[in-house]
Amino acid sequence: MTGHIDPTLIDLTVFVLAVFVGYHVIWNVTPALHTPLMSVTNAISSVIIVGAILAAGAEVADFGAIIGGVAVGLAAVNVFGGFLVTQRMLQMFKKKAAPKEAKREG
Amino acid sequence: MSANQVALAYLVASVLFILALKGLSSPVSARRGNMFGIAGMAIAVITTLLITKSWTLMIAGIVVGGTIGAVVARRVQMTQMPELVAAMHSLVGMAAVLIAIAVVHNPAGFGIPDPLPRGNKLELFIGTFVGAITFSGSIIAFGKLAGLGKHFRLFSSAPVVFKGQHWVNLALAVVMIVFGLLFFFAGQDGQWHPFLIMTAIAFVLGILIIIPIGGADMPVVISMLNSYSGWAAAGIGFSLNNTMLIIAGSLVGSSGAILSYIMCKAMNRSFFSVILGGFGAAEGAAAADGQQKSVRSGSAEDAAFLMANAESVIIVPGYGLAVARAQHAVKEMAQTLIEKGVQVRYAIHPVAGRMPGHMNVLLAEAEVPYDQVFEMEDINSEFGTTDVALILGANDVVNPAAKTPGSPIFGMPILEAFKARTVIVNKRSMAAGYAGLDNELFYMEKTMMVFGDAKKVVEDIVKALA
Repeated sequence: MTGHIDPTLIDLTVFVLAVFVGYHVIWNVTPALHTPLMSVTNAISSVIIVGAILAAGAEVADFGAIIGGVAVGLAAVNVFGGFLVTQRMLQMFKKKAAPKEAKREG
Repeated sequence: MSANQVALAYLVASVLFILALKGLSSPVSARRGNMFGIAGMAIAVITTLLITKSWTLMIAGIVVGGTIGAVVARRVQMTQMPELVAAMHSLVGMAAVLIAIAVVHNPAGFGIPDPLPRGNKLELFIGTFVGAITFSGSIIAFGKLAGLGKHFRLFSSAPVVFKGQHWVNLALAVVMIVFGLLFFFAGQDGQWHPFLIMTAIAFVLGILIIIPIGGADMPVVISMLNSYSGWAAAGIGFSLNNTMLIIAGSLVGSSGAILSYIMCKAMNRSFFSVILGGFGAAEGAAAADGQQKSVRSGSAEDAAFLMANAESVIIVPGYGLAVARAQHAVKEMAQTLIEKGVQVRYAIHPVAGRMPGHMNVLLAEAEVPYDQVFEMEDINSEFGTTDVALILGANDVVNPAAKTPGSPIFGMPILEAFKARTVIVNKRSMAAGYAGLDNELFYMEKTMMVFGDAKKVVEDIVKALA
Protein backbone atom coordinates (compact mmCIF):
# COMPACT_ATOMS: atom_id res chain seq x y z
CA MET A 1 0.00 0.00 0.00
CA THR A 2 1.51 3.31 -1.06
CA GLY A 3 0.81 6.95 -0.26
CA HIS A 4 -1.67 8.66 2.05
CA ILE A 5 -5.43 8.30 1.77
CA ASP A 6 -6.98 11.02 -0.38
CA PRO A 7 -9.31 13.13 1.79
CA THR A 8 -12.01 12.61 -0.83
CA LEU A 9 -12.10 8.93 0.07
CA ILE A 10 -12.63 9.77 3.70
CA ASP A 11 -15.45 12.11 2.61
CA LEU A 12 -16.87 9.27 0.56
CA THR A 13 -16.79 6.95 3.57
CA VAL A 14 -18.64 9.52 5.65
CA PHE A 15 -21.13 10.03 2.82
CA VAL A 16 -21.95 6.35 2.52
CA LEU A 17 -22.39 5.94 6.26
CA ALA A 18 -24.51 9.10 6.45
CA VAL A 19 -26.85 7.80 3.76
CA PHE A 20 -27.34 4.55 5.70
CA VAL A 21 -28.00 6.47 8.91
CA GLY A 22 -30.37 8.80 7.08
CA TYR A 23 -32.30 5.86 5.62
CA HIS A 24 -32.91 4.29 9.01
CA VAL A 25 -33.63 7.47 10.92
CA ILE A 26 -36.12 8.80 8.35
CA TRP A 27 -38.09 5.57 8.05
CA ASN A 28 -38.69 5.86 11.78
CA VAL A 29 -40.33 9.26 11.48
CA THR A 30 -44.06 8.98 12.09
CA PRO A 31 -46.13 9.98 9.01
CA ALA A 32 -48.07 12.49 11.09
CA LEU A 33 -44.87 14.53 11.37
CA HIS A 34 -43.85 14.47 7.72
CA THR A 35 -44.48 18.18 7.26
CA PRO A 36 -42.29 19.23 10.22
CA LEU A 37 -39.76 16.73 8.83
CA MET A 38 -39.61 18.70 5.62
CA SER A 39 -39.21 22.02 7.38
CA VAL A 40 -36.54 20.76 9.78
CA THR A 41 -34.55 19.04 7.02
CA ASN A 42 -34.70 22.35 5.20
CA ALA A 43 -33.21 24.07 8.21
CA ILE A 44 -30.52 21.39 8.55
CA SER A 45 -29.53 21.59 4.88
CA SER A 46 -29.01 25.31 5.50
CA VAL A 47 -25.92 24.40 7.50
CA ILE A 48 -24.46 25.21 4.10
CA ILE A 49 -24.31 28.66 5.70
CA VAL A 50 -20.97 27.50 7.04
CA GLY A 51 -19.53 27.44 3.51
CA ALA A 52 -21.04 30.85 2.88
CA ILE A 53 -19.48 32.26 6.05
CA LEU A 54 -16.07 31.03 4.92
CA ALA A 55 -16.59 32.80 1.61
CA ALA A 56 -17.87 36.01 3.19
CA GLY A 57 -15.15 36.07 5.80
CA ALA A 58 -12.29 36.88 3.47
CA GLU A 59 -10.19 39.81 4.60
CA VAL A 60 -10.80 41.77 1.43
CA ALA A 61 -14.44 42.43 0.51
CA ASP A 62 -14.01 41.18 -3.06
CA PHE A 63 -16.49 39.58 -5.44
CA GLY A 64 -16.27 36.22 -3.70
CA ALA A 65 -16.86 37.76 -0.30
CA ILE A 66 -19.89 39.70 -1.46
CA ILE A 67 -21.63 36.73 -3.03
CA GLY A 68 -20.67 34.82 0.10
CA GLY A 69 -22.49 37.46 2.11
CA VAL A 70 -25.57 37.07 -0.06
CA ALA A 71 -25.39 33.31 0.39
CA VAL A 72 -25.17 33.81 4.16
CA GLY A 73 -28.35 35.90 4.01
CA LEU A 74 -30.22 33.29 1.97
CA ALA A 75 -29.15 30.43 4.20
CA ALA A 76 -29.95 32.46 7.32
CA VAL A 77 -33.57 32.83 6.17
CA ASN A 78 -33.83 29.04 6.14
CA VAL A 79 -31.96 28.53 9.39
CA PHE A 80 -34.19 30.82 11.41
CA GLY A 81 -37.33 30.25 9.38
CA GLY A 82 -36.90 26.48 9.22
CA PHE A 83 -36.35 25.80 12.91
CA LEU A 84 -38.94 28.36 14.04
CA VAL A 85 -41.71 27.12 11.75
CA THR A 86 -40.91 23.54 12.80
CA GLN A 87 -41.17 24.51 16.42
CA ARG A 88 -44.45 26.29 15.78
CA MET A 89 -45.89 23.18 14.13
CA LEU A 90 -44.65 20.78 16.77
CA GLN A 91 -46.27 22.85 19.50
CA MET A 92 -49.63 22.24 17.85
CA PHE A 93 -49.56 18.47 18.28
CA LYS A 94 -51.45 17.66 21.46
CA LYS A 95 -53.04 14.55 22.88
CA LYS A 96 -56.64 14.34 24.04
CA ALA A 97 -55.97 14.88 27.74
CA ALA A 98 -54.73 18.46 27.52
CA PRO A 99 -57.66 20.19 25.76
CA LYS A 100 -60.24 18.30 27.87
CA GLU A 101 -58.64 19.34 31.15
CA ALA A 102 -58.43 22.92 29.94
CA LYS A 103 -62.16 22.84 29.19
CA ARG A 104 -63.07 21.52 32.61
CA GLU A 105 -61.01 24.16 34.34
CA GLY A 106 -62.23 26.96 32.04
CA MET B 1 -8.89 27.39 16.91
CA SER B 2 -7.05 24.45 15.43
CA ALA B 3 -8.37 22.40 12.55
CA ASN B 4 -8.87 19.46 14.91
CA GLN B 5 -10.96 21.49 17.33
CA VAL B 6 -13.10 22.69 14.46
CA ALA B 7 -13.54 19.12 13.23
CA LEU B 8 -14.61 18.01 16.71
CA ALA B 9 -17.13 20.82 17.01
CA TYR B 10 -18.53 19.92 13.58
CA LEU B 11 -18.80 16.28 14.69
CA VAL B 12 -20.86 17.30 17.72
CA ALA B 13 -23.09 19.40 15.47
CA SER B 14 -23.55 16.46 13.07
CA VAL B 15 -24.61 14.16 15.91
CA LEU B 16 -27.09 16.78 17.11
CA PHE B 17 -28.61 16.96 13.62
CA ILE B 18 -29.07 13.18 13.60
CA LEU B 19 -30.71 13.36 17.02
CA ALA B 20 -33.01 16.11 15.78
CA LEU B 21 -34.36 13.79 13.10
CA LYS B 22 -34.58 10.84 15.47
CA GLY B 23 -36.81 12.97 17.68
CA LEU B 24 -39.45 13.03 14.98
CA SER B 25 -40.41 9.43 15.70
CA SER B 26 -43.20 10.76 17.93
CA PRO B 27 -44.75 14.13 18.79
CA VAL B 28 -43.53 13.75 22.37
CA SER B 29 -39.82 13.54 21.52
CA ALA B 30 -40.08 15.84 18.52
CA ARG B 31 -39.91 19.17 20.31
CA ARG B 32 -36.77 18.16 22.16
CA GLY B 33 -35.36 16.94 18.85
CA ASN B 34 -35.89 20.36 17.30
CA MET B 35 -33.92 21.91 20.16
CA PHE B 36 -31.06 19.53 19.41
CA GLY B 37 -31.12 20.68 15.81
CA ILE B 38 -30.98 24.32 16.87
CA ALA B 39 -28.07 23.56 19.21
CA GLY B 40 -26.20 21.77 16.43
CA MET B 41 -26.71 24.69 14.09
CA ALA B 42 -25.52 27.16 16.74
CA ILE B 43 -22.34 25.17 17.32
CA ALA B 44 -21.69 24.92 13.58
CA VAL B 45 -22.17 28.63 12.97
CA ILE B 46 -20.25 29.87 16.01
CA THR B 47 -17.33 27.55 15.30
CA THR B 48 -17.13 28.81 11.73
CA LEU B 49 -17.36 32.44 12.84
CA LEU B 50 -14.40 31.86 15.13
CA ILE B 51 -12.20 30.79 12.27
CA THR B 52 -13.02 33.58 9.84
CA LYS B 53 -11.28 36.91 9.80
CA SER B 54 -13.79 39.52 8.81
CA TRP B 55 -17.26 39.43 10.35
CA THR B 56 -19.01 42.41 8.74
CA LEU B 57 -20.61 40.79 5.72
CA MET B 58 -21.60 37.74 7.68
CA ILE B 59 -23.30 39.53 10.51
CA ALA B 60 -25.17 41.64 7.98
CA GLY B 61 -26.31 38.51 6.16
CA ILE B 62 -27.34 36.70 9.34
CA VAL B 63 -29.27 39.66 10.69
CA VAL B 64 -31.15 40.42 7.49
CA GLY B 65 -31.78 36.81 6.55
CA GLY B 66 -32.58 35.73 10.07
CA THR B 67 -35.14 38.49 10.54
CA ILE B 68 -36.90 37.65 7.30
CA GLY B 69 -36.93 33.97 8.24
CA ALA B 70 -38.27 34.61 11.73
CA VAL B 71 -41.04 36.92 10.52
CA VAL B 72 -42.15 34.49 7.83
CA ALA B 73 -42.12 31.59 10.28
CA ARG B 74 -44.38 33.50 12.66
CA ARG B 75 -46.83 34.69 10.05
CA VAL B 76 -47.20 31.83 7.59
CA GLN B 77 -50.53 30.03 7.62
CA MET B 78 -50.44 26.26 7.86
CA THR B 79 -52.38 26.05 4.61
CA GLN B 80 -49.40 27.80 2.97
CA MET B 81 -46.79 25.32 4.20
CA PRO B 82 -46.29 23.62 0.81
CA GLU B 83 -45.38 26.87 -0.91
CA LEU B 84 -43.21 27.99 2.01
CA VAL B 85 -41.21 24.77 1.93
CA ALA B 86 -40.78 25.10 -1.85
CA ALA B 87 -39.55 28.68 -1.49
CA MET B 88 -37.09 27.65 1.21
CA HIS B 89 -35.63 24.89 -0.94
CA SER B 90 -34.86 27.49 -3.60
CA LEU B 91 -32.76 29.45 -1.12
CA VAL B 92 -30.58 26.47 -0.27
CA GLY B 93 -30.12 25.77 -3.98
CA MET B 94 -29.03 29.33 -4.69
CA ALA B 95 -26.75 29.40 -1.65
CA ALA B 96 -25.01 26.27 -2.96
CA VAL B 97 -24.52 27.87 -6.39
CA LEU B 98 -23.14 31.09 -4.90
CA ILE B 99 -20.72 29.22 -2.66
CA ALA B 100 -19.50 27.14 -5.60
CA ILE B 101 -18.93 30.32 -7.60
CA ALA B 102 -16.99 31.79 -4.69
CA VAL B 103 -14.84 28.65 -4.51
CA VAL B 104 -14.02 28.71 -8.23
CA HIS B 105 -13.27 32.41 -7.95
CA ASN B 106 -10.84 32.06 -5.05
CA PRO B 107 -10.04 28.48 -4.03
CA ALA B 108 -7.22 29.53 -1.73
CA GLY B 109 -9.70 31.36 0.50
CA PHE B 110 -11.19 27.96 1.36
CA GLY B 111 -7.91 26.17 1.82
CA ILE B 112 -8.18 24.50 -1.57
CA PRO B 113 -5.15 24.34 -3.88
CA ASP B 114 -5.15 26.74 -6.80
CA PRO B 115 -5.37 25.67 -9.70
CA LEU B 116 -8.35 23.55 -8.69
CA PRO B 117 -7.67 19.84 -8.56
CA ARG B 118 -9.83 17.69 -10.81
CA GLY B 119 -11.57 16.01 -7.89
CA ASN B 120 -12.75 19.34 -6.50
CA LYS B 121 -13.94 20.40 -9.93
CA LEU B 122 -16.14 17.34 -10.22
CA GLU B 123 -17.61 18.01 -6.80
CA LEU B 124 -18.18 21.68 -7.65
CA PHE B 125 -19.87 20.67 -10.89
CA ILE B 126 -22.27 18.43 -9.00
CA GLY B 127 -22.92 20.91 -6.21
CA THR B 128 -23.63 23.70 -8.68
CA PHE B 129 -25.88 21.96 -11.11
CA VAL B 130 -27.93 20.27 -8.42
CA GLY B 131 -28.15 23.59 -6.57
CA ALA B 132 -29.19 25.50 -9.69
CA ILE B 133 -31.86 22.96 -10.64
CA THR B 134 -33.12 23.01 -7.06
CA PHE B 135 -33.31 26.79 -7.13
CA SER B 136 -35.25 27.34 -10.33
CA GLY B 137 -37.31 24.17 -9.99
CA SER B 138 -38.38 25.21 -6.51
CA ILE B 139 -39.37 28.68 -7.71
CA ILE B 140 -41.69 27.06 -10.26
CA ALA B 141 -43.03 24.69 -7.60
CA PHE B 142 -43.66 27.68 -5.34
CA GLY B 143 -45.55 29.48 -8.08
CA LYS B 144 -47.70 26.44 -8.83
CA LEU B 145 -48.54 25.84 -5.17
CA ALA B 146 -49.23 29.49 -4.40
CA GLY B 147 -51.66 29.58 -7.31
CA LEU B 148 -49.75 32.31 -9.12
CA GLY B 149 -50.71 30.82 -12.48
CA LYS B 150 -52.78 33.82 -13.46
CA HIS B 151 -49.82 36.16 -13.15
CA PHE B 152 -47.27 34.10 -14.97
CA ARG B 153 -48.04 31.19 -17.24
CA LEU B 154 -45.16 29.03 -16.06
CA PHE B 155 -46.67 29.03 -12.57
CA SER B 156 -49.89 27.45 -13.74
CA SER B 157 -50.87 24.43 -11.71
CA ALA B 158 -51.94 22.71 -14.90
CA PRO B 159 -49.06 21.02 -16.69
CA VAL B 160 -47.24 23.29 -19.13
CA VAL B 161 -46.28 21.05 -22.01
CA PHE B 162 -44.91 21.64 -25.47
CA LYS B 163 -43.99 19.34 -28.31
CA GLY B 164 -40.61 17.70 -28.14
CA GLN B 165 -40.25 18.79 -24.56
CA HIS B 166 -38.39 15.72 -23.39
CA TRP B 167 -35.94 15.95 -26.28
CA VAL B 168 -35.23 19.59 -25.47
CA ASN B 169 -34.55 18.70 -21.85
CA LEU B 170 -32.30 15.83 -22.85
CA ALA B 171 -30.38 18.00 -25.31
CA LEU B 172 -29.90 20.71 -22.70
CA ALA B 173 -28.69 18.17 -20.16
CA VAL B 174 -26.14 16.89 -22.66
CA VAL B 175 -24.95 20.42 -23.46
CA MET B 176 -24.65 21.13 -19.75
CA ILE B 177 -22.51 18.04 -19.25
CA VAL B 178 -20.32 19.09 -22.20
CA PHE B 179 -19.65 22.42 -20.54
CA GLY B 180 -19.07 20.59 -17.30
CA LEU B 181 -16.40 18.54 -19.05
CA LEU B 182 -14.86 21.70 -20.52
CA PHE B 183 -14.69 23.10 -17.02
CA PHE B 184 -13.21 19.84 -15.75
CA PHE B 185 -10.40 19.68 -18.29
CA ALA B 186 -9.67 23.39 -18.57
CA GLY B 187 -6.60 25.04 -17.18
CA GLN B 188 -6.86 27.86 -14.71
CA ASP B 189 -7.63 30.46 -17.39
CA GLY B 190 -10.26 28.60 -19.36
CA GLN B 191 -12.39 27.29 -16.52
CA TRP B 192 -14.51 30.30 -15.61
CA HIS B 193 -16.67 30.58 -18.73
CA PRO B 194 -17.63 26.91 -19.06
CA PHE B 195 -18.50 26.93 -15.37
CA LEU B 196 -20.83 29.90 -15.65
CA ILE B 197 -22.50 28.65 -18.82
CA MET B 198 -23.02 25.24 -17.27
CA THR B 199 -24.66 26.88 -14.27
CA ALA B 200 -26.93 29.00 -16.47
CA ILE B 201 -28.09 25.92 -18.37
CA ALA B 202 -28.79 24.15 -15.09
CA PHE B 203 -31.08 27.03 -14.05
CA VAL B 204 -33.04 26.68 -17.27
CA LEU B 205 -33.27 22.91 -16.88
CA GLY B 206 -34.70 23.34 -13.42
CA ILE B 207 -37.57 25.37 -14.85
CA LEU B 208 -38.16 22.96 -17.72
CA ILE B 209 -38.37 19.82 -15.65
CA ILE B 210 -40.93 21.17 -13.21
CA ILE B 211 -43.35 23.03 -15.48
CA PRO B 212 -44.94 19.89 -16.99
CA ILE B 213 -45.95 18.53 -13.60
CA GLY B 214 -49.51 19.09 -12.44
CA GLY B 215 -50.68 20.51 -9.13
CA ALA B 216 -51.73 17.31 -7.39
CA ASP B 217 -48.37 15.65 -8.08
CA MET B 218 -46.73 18.38 -6.02
CA PRO B 219 -46.18 16.16 -2.94
CA VAL B 220 -43.71 14.13 -5.00
CA VAL B 221 -42.10 17.21 -6.55
CA ILE B 222 -41.51 19.02 -3.28
CA SER B 223 -40.09 15.87 -1.72
CA MET B 224 -37.81 15.48 -4.71
CA LEU B 225 -36.61 19.08 -4.47
CA ASN B 226 -36.13 18.59 -0.72
CA SER B 227 -33.86 15.69 -1.59
CA TYR B 228 -31.95 17.70 -4.20
CA SER B 229 -31.31 20.53 -1.78
CA GLY B 230 -29.69 17.97 0.49
CA TRP B 231 -27.49 16.56 -2.25
CA ALA B 232 -26.48 20.10 -3.25
CA ALA B 233 -25.32 20.71 0.33
CA ALA B 234 -23.46 17.39 0.35
CA GLY B 235 -21.80 18.28 -2.96
CA ILE B 236 -20.55 21.54 -1.47
CA GLY B 237 -19.41 19.51 1.54
CA PHE B 238 -17.24 17.40 -0.75
CA SER B 239 -15.80 20.50 -2.42
CA LEU B 240 -14.95 22.10 0.90
CA ASN B 241 -13.85 18.84 2.50
CA ASN B 242 -16.41 19.45 5.24
CA THR B 243 -17.78 16.22 6.72
CA MET B 244 -20.53 18.03 8.62
CA LEU B 245 -21.97 19.39 5.35
CA ILE B 246 -21.73 15.93 3.83
CA ILE B 247 -23.55 14.36 6.77
CA ALA B 248 -26.24 17.03 7.00
CA GLY B 249 -26.71 17.04 3.22
CA SER B 250 -26.98 13.25 3.08
CA LEU B 251 -29.56 13.15 5.88
CA VAL B 252 -31.69 15.66 4.03
CA GLY B 253 -31.12 14.02 0.65
CA SER B 254 -32.19 10.63 2.01
CA SER B 255 -35.19 12.17 3.74
CA GLY B 256 -36.49 13.75 0.55
CA ALA B 257 -35.86 10.58 -1.43
CA ILE B 258 -37.77 8.45 1.07
CA LEU B 259 -40.67 10.90 1.15
CA SER B 260 -40.78 10.87 -2.67
CA TYR B 261 -40.89 7.08 -2.62
CA ILE B 262 -43.70 7.04 -0.05
CA MET B 263 -45.70 9.54 -2.07
CA CYS B 264 -45.26 7.58 -5.30
CA LYS B 265 -46.27 4.30 -3.61
CA ALA B 266 -49.35 6.00 -2.22
CA MET B 267 -50.38 7.10 -5.70
CA ASN B 268 -49.25 3.82 -7.22
CA ARG B 269 -47.32 5.69 -9.85
CA SER B 270 -43.70 5.36 -10.73
CA PHE B 271 -41.43 8.26 -9.88
CA PHE B 272 -40.51 8.65 -13.54
CA SER B 273 -44.06 8.89 -14.76
CA VAL B 274 -44.68 11.69 -12.26
CA ILE B 275 -41.52 13.58 -13.20
CA LEU B 276 -42.17 13.25 -16.89
CA GLY B 277 -45.62 14.73 -16.34
CA GLY B 278 -47.39 11.56 -17.40
CA PHE B 279 -50.73 11.95 -15.71
CA GLY B 280 -51.54 15.49 -16.71
CA ALA B 281 -51.93 14.56 -20.35
CA ALA B 282 -54.55 11.91 -19.65
CA GLU B 283 -56.75 14.33 -17.73
CA GLY B 284 -58.88 15.58 -20.61
CA ALA B 285 -59.56 12.14 -22.08
CA ALA B 286 -61.02 10.47 -19.01
CA ALA B 287 -63.24 13.33 -17.88
CA ALA B 288 -65.14 13.34 -21.16
CA ASP B 289 -66.61 9.96 -20.22
CA GLY B 290 -69.10 11.50 -17.74
CA GLN B 291 -72.52 9.98 -18.34
CA GLN B 292 -75.46 11.54 -16.59
CA LYS B 293 -75.75 9.23 -13.59
CA SER B 294 -77.74 10.45 -10.65
CA VAL B 295 -76.52 11.10 -7.14
CA ARG B 296 -78.43 11.40 -3.90
CA SER B 297 -77.92 14.87 -2.57
CA GLY B 298 -78.78 16.31 0.80
CA SER B 299 -78.35 19.31 3.03
CA ALA B 300 -76.07 20.06 5.95
CA GLU B 301 -79.01 19.42 8.27
CA ASP B 302 -79.45 15.92 6.82
CA ALA B 303 -75.76 15.26 7.39
CA ALA B 304 -75.99 16.53 10.94
CA PHE B 305 -78.93 14.25 11.65
CA LEU B 306 -77.13 11.19 10.27
CA MET B 307 -74.01 11.83 12.28
CA ALA B 308 -75.72 12.75 15.52
CA ASN B 309 -77.51 9.40 15.45
CA ALA B 310 -74.41 7.41 14.60
CA GLU B 311 -72.21 5.60 17.07
CA SER B 312 -69.05 6.07 15.08
CA VAL B 313 -67.90 8.55 12.48
CA ILE B 314 -64.70 8.64 10.46
CA ILE B 315 -63.80 11.94 8.83
CA VAL B 316 -61.70 11.84 5.66
CA PRO B 317 -60.11 15.25 5.02
CA GLY B 318 -58.70 16.19 1.64
CA TYR B 319 -57.24 19.12 -0.24
CA GLY B 320 -60.68 20.73 -0.45
CA LEU B 321 -60.63 21.17 3.31
CA ALA B 322 -57.30 22.94 3.14
CA VAL B 323 -58.46 25.25 0.37
CA ALA B 324 -61.63 26.15 2.26
CA ARG B 325 -59.65 26.68 5.51
CA ALA B 326 -62.28 24.58 7.20
CA GLN B 327 -60.12 22.77 9.74
CA HIS B 328 -61.29 24.78 12.75
CA ALA B 329 -64.95 24.31 11.85
CA VAL B 330 -64.32 20.59 11.49
CA LYS B 331 -62.78 20.45 14.95
CA GLU B 332 -65.84 22.20 16.38
CA MET B 333 -68.14 19.76 14.62
CA ALA B 334 -66.16 16.80 15.90
CA GLN B 335 -66.19 18.21 19.40
CA THR B 336 -69.98 18.59 19.32
CA LEU B 337 -70.38 15.02 18.09
CA ILE B 338 -68.05 13.68 20.79
CA GLU B 339 -70.09 15.46 23.44
CA LYS B 340 -73.14 13.67 22.07
CA GLY B 341 -71.34 10.36 22.61
CA VAL B 342 -70.29 9.71 19.01
CA GLN B 343 -66.85 8.23 18.40
CA VAL B 344 -64.98 10.48 15.97
CA ARG B 345 -61.78 9.57 14.17
CA TYR B 346 -59.89 11.01 11.22
CA ALA B 347 -58.43 8.97 8.36
CA ILE B 348 -55.45 10.42 6.54
CA HIS B 349 -54.30 9.17 3.15
CA PRO B 350 -50.57 9.70 2.55
CA VAL B 351 -51.13 11.97 -0.45
CA ALA B 352 -54.04 13.97 0.91
CA GLY B 353 -53.16 17.63 0.56
CA ARG B 354 -50.25 19.11 -1.34
CA MET B 355 -47.36 17.83 0.78
CA PRO B 356 -46.60 14.82 3.01
CA GLY B 357 -48.23 15.18 6.41
CA HIS B 358 -50.14 18.30 5.37
CA MET B 359 -53.51 17.17 6.71
CA ASN B 360 -51.98 16.20 10.04
CA VAL B 361 -50.58 19.68 10.53
CA LEU B 362 -53.85 21.36 9.56
CA LEU B 363 -55.74 19.23 12.06
CA ALA B 364 -53.11 19.84 14.74
CA GLU B 365 -53.44 23.57 14.12
CA ALA B 366 -57.18 23.23 14.73
CA GLU B 367 -56.28 21.53 18.02
CA VAL B 368 -57.52 18.13 17.00
CA PRO B 369 -55.80 15.73 19.42
CA TYR B 370 -53.40 13.60 17.43
CA ASP B 371 -54.60 10.37 18.98
CA GLN B 372 -57.86 10.83 17.04
CA VAL B 373 -55.92 10.98 13.77
CA PHE B 374 -55.01 7.76 12.01
CA GLU B 375 -52.92 6.82 9.00
CA MET B 376 -54.46 4.77 6.21
CA GLU B 377 -52.91 1.42 7.21
CA ASP B 378 -54.20 1.74 10.74
CA ILE B 379 -57.76 2.77 10.02
CA ASN B 380 -58.72 1.04 6.78
CA SER B 381 -59.98 -2.06 8.56
CA GLU B 382 -62.26 0.09 10.74
CA PHE B 383 -64.46 1.46 7.98
CA GLY B 384 -66.47 -1.76 7.82
CA THR B 385 -67.69 -1.29 11.39
CA THR B 386 -68.23 2.47 11.14
CA ASP B 387 -71.65 4.06 10.80
CA VAL B 388 -70.75 7.21 8.89
CA ALA B 389 -67.79 8.15 6.72
CA LEU B 390 -67.66 11.90 6.12
CA ILE B 391 -65.58 12.84 3.09
CA LEU B 392 -64.46 16.48 3.14
CA GLY B 393 -62.82 17.64 -0.06
CA ALA B 394 -61.14 14.31 -0.78
CA ASN B 395 -61.77 12.53 -4.05
CA ASP B 396 -59.37 10.11 -5.71
CA VAL B 397 -58.15 8.78 -2.36
CA VAL B 398 -61.58 7.28 -1.65
CA ASN B 399 -62.45 6.16 -5.18
CA PRO B 400 -63.30 2.44 -5.20
CA ALA B 401 -62.37 2.38 -8.92
CA ALA B 402 -58.82 1.85 -7.68
CA LYS B 403 -59.84 -1.72 -6.96
CA THR B 404 -61.01 -2.32 -10.52
CA PRO B 405 -58.44 -3.65 -12.97
CA GLY B 406 -58.33 -1.47 -16.06
CA SER B 407 -59.07 1.76 -14.22
CA PRO B 408 -56.41 4.47 -14.61
CA ILE B 409 -55.95 4.54 -10.86
CA PHE B 410 -56.01 0.77 -10.39
CA GLY B 411 -53.63 -0.38 -7.71
CA MET B 412 -53.49 2.92 -5.86
CA PRO B 413 -54.02 2.32 -2.16
CA ILE B 414 -57.25 4.02 -1.07
CA LEU B 415 -59.14 4.73 2.09
CA GLU B 416 -61.96 2.18 2.08
CA ALA B 417 -64.67 4.65 2.98
CA PHE B 418 -67.07 2.79 0.70
CA LYS B 419 -67.26 0.06 3.36
CA ALA B 420 -68.91 2.35 5.92
CA ARG B 421 -72.66 1.95 6.45
CA THR B 422 -73.38 5.48 5.25
CA VAL B 423 -71.16 7.83 3.28
CA ILE B 424 -71.54 11.61 3.25
CA VAL B 425 -69.48 13.46 0.65
CA ASN B 426 -68.91 17.21 0.63
CA LYS B 427 -67.67 18.81 -2.60
CA ARG B 428 -68.24 22.12 -4.27
CA SER B 429 -69.61 20.49 -7.41
CA MET B 430 -69.56 17.28 -9.41
CA ALA B 431 -66.35 18.33 -11.20
CA ALA B 432 -63.83 15.52 -11.57
CA GLY B 433 -60.79 15.34 -9.30
CA TYR B 434 -57.19 15.45 -10.43
CA ALA B 435 -57.24 12.03 -12.02
CA GLY B 436 -60.14 13.18 -14.19
CA LEU B 437 -62.12 10.13 -13.17
CA ASP B 438 -65.66 9.72 -12.08
CA ASN B 439 -65.73 8.64 -8.46
CA GLU B 440 -67.92 5.54 -8.11
CA LEU B 441 -68.35 6.29 -4.42
CA PHE B 442 -70.59 9.25 -5.27
CA TYR B 443 -73.12 7.08 -7.08
CA MET B 444 -73.53 4.39 -4.46
CA GLU B 445 -76.91 3.85 -2.78
CA LYS B 446 -75.56 4.60 0.65
CA THR B 447 -73.87 7.85 -0.36
CA MET B 448 -75.32 11.29 0.17
CA MET B 449 -73.69 14.28 -1.47
CA VAL B 450 -73.70 17.63 0.29
CA PHE B 451 -72.61 20.31 -2.16
CA GLY B 452 -71.02 23.56 -1.12
CA ASP B 453 -67.87 25.13 0.22
CA ALA B 454 -66.42 22.88 2.94
CA LYS B 455 -66.22 25.60 5.57
CA LYS B 456 -69.79 26.80 5.02
CA VAL B 457 -71.19 23.29 4.98
CA VAL B 458 -69.37 22.23 8.14
CA GLU B 459 -70.44 25.40 9.94
CA ASP B 460 -74.03 24.68 8.92
CA ILE B 461 -73.66 21.17 10.31
CA VAL B 462 -72.42 22.57 13.60
CA LYS B 463 -75.46 24.86 13.79
CA ALA B 464 -77.77 21.97 13.01
CA LEU B 465 -76.18 19.80 15.68
CA ALA B 466 -76.67 22.39 18.42
